[in-house]
Amino acid sequence: MADQQMVMYEEEFRQIAAICERLTREANAKAVLLVDKNGQYITSNGETNDLDTTSLASLAAGTNAATNGLAKLIGEKDFPNNFLEGEKYNLHFSIVAQRAILVVMFDQRSSLGLVRLRVKRASEELANIFGAMLQKAQSQAQGAPFGEITDDDIDNLFSE
Amino acid sequence: MSFINYSSREINCKIVYYGPGLCGKTTNLQYIYNKTNPEAKGKMISLATETERTLFFDFLPLSLGEIRGFKTRFHLYTVPGQVFYDASRKLILKGVDGVVFVADSQIERMEANLESMENLRTNLAEQGYDLDKIPFVIQYNKRDLPNAAGVDELKRLLNPRSVPDFEASATVGNGVFDTLKAIAKLVLTELKKGG
Ligand SMILES: Nc1nc2c(ncn2[C@@H]2O[C@H](COP(=O)(O)OP(=O)(O)OP(=O)(O)O)[C@@H](O)[C@H]2O)c(=O)[nH]1
Ligand SMILES: [Mg+2]
Repeated sequence: MADQQMVMYEEEFRQIAAICERLTREANAKAVLLVDKNGQYITSNGETNDLDTTSLASLAAGTNAATNGLAKLIGEKDFPNNFLEGEKYNLHFSIVAQRAILVVMFDQRSSLGLVRLRVKRASEELANIFGAMLQKAQSQAQGAPFGEITDDDIDNLFSE
Repeated sequence: MSFINYSSREINCKIVYYGPGLCGKTTNLQYIYNKTNPEAKGKMISLATETERTLFFDFLPLSLGEIRGFKTRFHLYTVPGQVFYDASRKLILKGVDGVVFVADSQIERMEANLESMENLRTNLAEQGYDLDKIPFVIQYNKRDLPNAAGVDELKRLLNPRSVPDFEASATVGNGVFDTLKAIAKLVLTELKKGG
């Protein structure tokens, strides 16, 4: 298939979560979200209780896909960083390792300059982890743990 | 592309509803949304024009239950069917795990069905997918209309490979869940194979 299957293991997940936690703190962000480029939510940190993170993930991926479509149209490879400015809240998007989108939500307690600076380091670190994760997924048996599921397991999902 | 998260013990899959303009893709998702328990669904997002034509996509997250301790989540998307939105359709196909082709049964929409099917094949190929290899089901929608073509005719034109297919009237929900279950099953079966 076109893209490689994304598999997230415990160890990498903890590392990723720690980076997001630090980014939230160092960037004075309200919240930080990490989203797969295809719209799957990975993790988040900060004040996310009143955020619909599933919807946010899907819309962030849609926005990113549209922005990259625009880039290609005018002969750019992509627009790796994007900024949306609101009255109260702002969103900063950046692409990590061609695989994920790092979303930072911030207000007047922070600034675009600070967010950019902190995002740069965080996304480099995240890129390393993603690289390792993809290698690991490649070397492990594909499809596990789903290799063991039976047709009955699948049927049971649909029994009312 | 499905996403397996060992940490949160979740498996996420992406299903895309494809088909010509006004065939009833959005109506399928609306029906599923209305008939699903609140705890099993998230918010439905529709990026639509003022006349309720899909502009970019509809999105509906669903939880189906657990398999072997893993929560299975399906993200349903629709594409905009209108011909000139092709760039958007390509974007939405990225990372797809399974496709539902919604055909409009009305005789006068046959040409549009065929064109959309061809468009699906081309756009998938651009992303490196082969329509003949990915989980795929077909729905013949709007069976309730008097000008609906015969199912035999629809099968002959749209389903030469005999993938699972279903008759439906999405406005009243006939066939909607049968279609969804069939594609979800194919996607999980593919995962089992280690796709
Ligand atoms: N009679 C009948 N009408 C239907 C059926 N399914 C959908 N419709 C109607 O067809 C029209 C278009 O439906 P949508 O679901 O918006 O179509 P769509 O495929 O999402 O269209 P685009 O977003 O433009 O691609 C609406 O007025 C629906 O009520 C059906 O099974 N029978
Ligand atoms: Mg629609």
